[in-house]
Amino acid sequence: MTFPLSSESKHVKTLVTGHVVPEPERCIQCGICSFNCPISIDVRYYAWLGEYVEDSYCLTCGECVERCPRGVLHFEKTELFIGRKE
Amino acid sequence: MTRYVIIGTGITGFAAAETLRTLDPVAEILLVSDDPHGFYSRPGLAYYLSGEIPEKQLFLFSKKGKLNLGVQYVKGLVTSLNPSSHTIETNTSGELGYDRLLLATGASGVPLEVPGANLKGLVKLDDLEDTRKILSMVKNTKTAVVVGGGVVAVELVEGLIAQGIKVHYLLRGKWFWPNVLGEIESGMIERYLTHDEVILHHNTEIVEIIGKRGEVAGVLTSNGDVLRCDMVAVGIGVKARTELAQGAGLKTERGVLVNEYLQTSAPDIFAAGDVAQIFDPVSGNASIDNLWYPGRKQGRIAAFNMAGQREIYQRTVATNVLRLAGVMTTIIGAIGSGRDEGQVYTSRGSSETWQQLPNTIASESGTDLSHLRLIVGEQKLLGALVMGDQKISRPIRDMINSQVDISPIRKQLMESSPQLGQFVMDYWIKTKGGGET
Repeated sequence: MTFPLSSESKHVKTLVTGHVVPEPERCIQCGICSFNCPISIDVRYYAWLGEYVEDSYCLTCGECVERCPRGVLHFEKTELFIGRKE
Repeated sequence: MTRYVIIGTGITGFAAAETLRTLDPVAEILLVSDDPHGFYSRPGLAYYLSGEIPEKQLFLFSKKGKLNLGVQYVKGLVTSLNPSSHTIETNTSGELGYDRLLLATGASGVPLEVPGANLKGLVKLDDLEDTRKILSMVKNTKTAVVVGGGVVAVELVEGLIAQGIKVHYLLRGKWFWPNVLGEIESGMIERYLTHDEVILHHNTEIVEIIGKRGEVAGVLTSNGDVLRCDMVAVGIGVKARTELAQGAGLKTERGVLVNEYLQTSAPDIFAAGDVAQIFDPVSGNASIDNLWYPGRKQGRIAAFNMAGQREIYQRTVATNVLRLAGVMTTIIGAIGSGRDEGQVYTSRGSSETWQQLPNTIASESGTDLSHLRLIVGEQKLLGALVMGDQKISRPIRDMINSQVDISPIRKQLMESSPQLGQFVMDYWIKTKGGGET
């Protein structure tokens, strides 16, 4: 199965190098993130716990990051690829 | 076995229950509330109203097995509290005893006191029942009048517009939220509202609600205009629910007075969240935060103290992130222009500390789409308002919270240049280092 991603998409890079990190102080647990996740990851629960989204199915598509009305979520580079040239 | 009774199932009460359970696996924990829906995201109601999420999304822990606190829920109104006998009286379960009690009763919307305020068609946005009521009326509502100058009022405006209702928005002052936002900042919000075809009425209040057969038919404004409408939505502020505490003889002012351990004036009774007016030993003031995250944190701290540990509630710089008419806005620390003289009540999604502007200088920069205002003290940043692009808000909050010394760049910060945001970002990276993409 392939996902239609534009070659210009910033997310192409993020797909392999980043993960979604919440900032719990900004979160009001409205659940828009979980509701809009295309594969139904409960992103909000990670925000409640203050942990990054550690789900091997996460596409890092950025839907939750974009939709959050409070700017709670952002991408951070994963440590897995530190040292690797982009 | 200790019995903890928590009155209120909002974020504060829930956070307290969650923490108590981790501290004491065998204790009896009772959550008592007159809200039939238990714990849900109250700020999320705005997005339920606008149709961005379905109702069930408001509930965090509806999936079985995710969080089982072993808590007993008691649905009912607490009618009295008796500190000497360590009991409460409920209208559903009679008398209940407690060893330690937490008042997390929150705040409720202040009613509009004008002739006609009892007519059918008057709504507010306090809880899930209110939101359901508004949504049930949408079909038969063509025009609404919204009154109030803060976060809840603008959420009502946006929600009703999203539901296809024509909205008149009445603002008491010269611009939107004058005690927190400046004219330029408010102008950004108002431009978006006008773009969404909201009809703004400045310097205008409701004098009377006009009825027809017991239902809202229009309003008479202080300018003498009559606006025809089928709904009047009110978001003029909230008031701490202190009645229970007052009846029990606890010390209260605008909220229930508590010390830095969140203890009230009565033994074994604590208060936290929107109902608590917390003493700050540093400033010597006692103030209320009507904010979600501080409410959660206070619930946790109260739980530690209820369980016999000594934990001080350390007030961090009050922060809130809001989406005002589509403009992402972060408010950090003291930024306001003083208290609105006509305002008696606090506002949901707001902190009293925002209005305690110290005698300092504000520096601004911005475009039509983004705006940054910094409150620059002698050696540190004291507050900030970030609208639009939010990249800079995390570094600024970090700098304010950790009191980063800004004296080396103070002169540049005062220059209000278009590169102000970038300049702060560069300094933050230099002093702390940032690792995000």
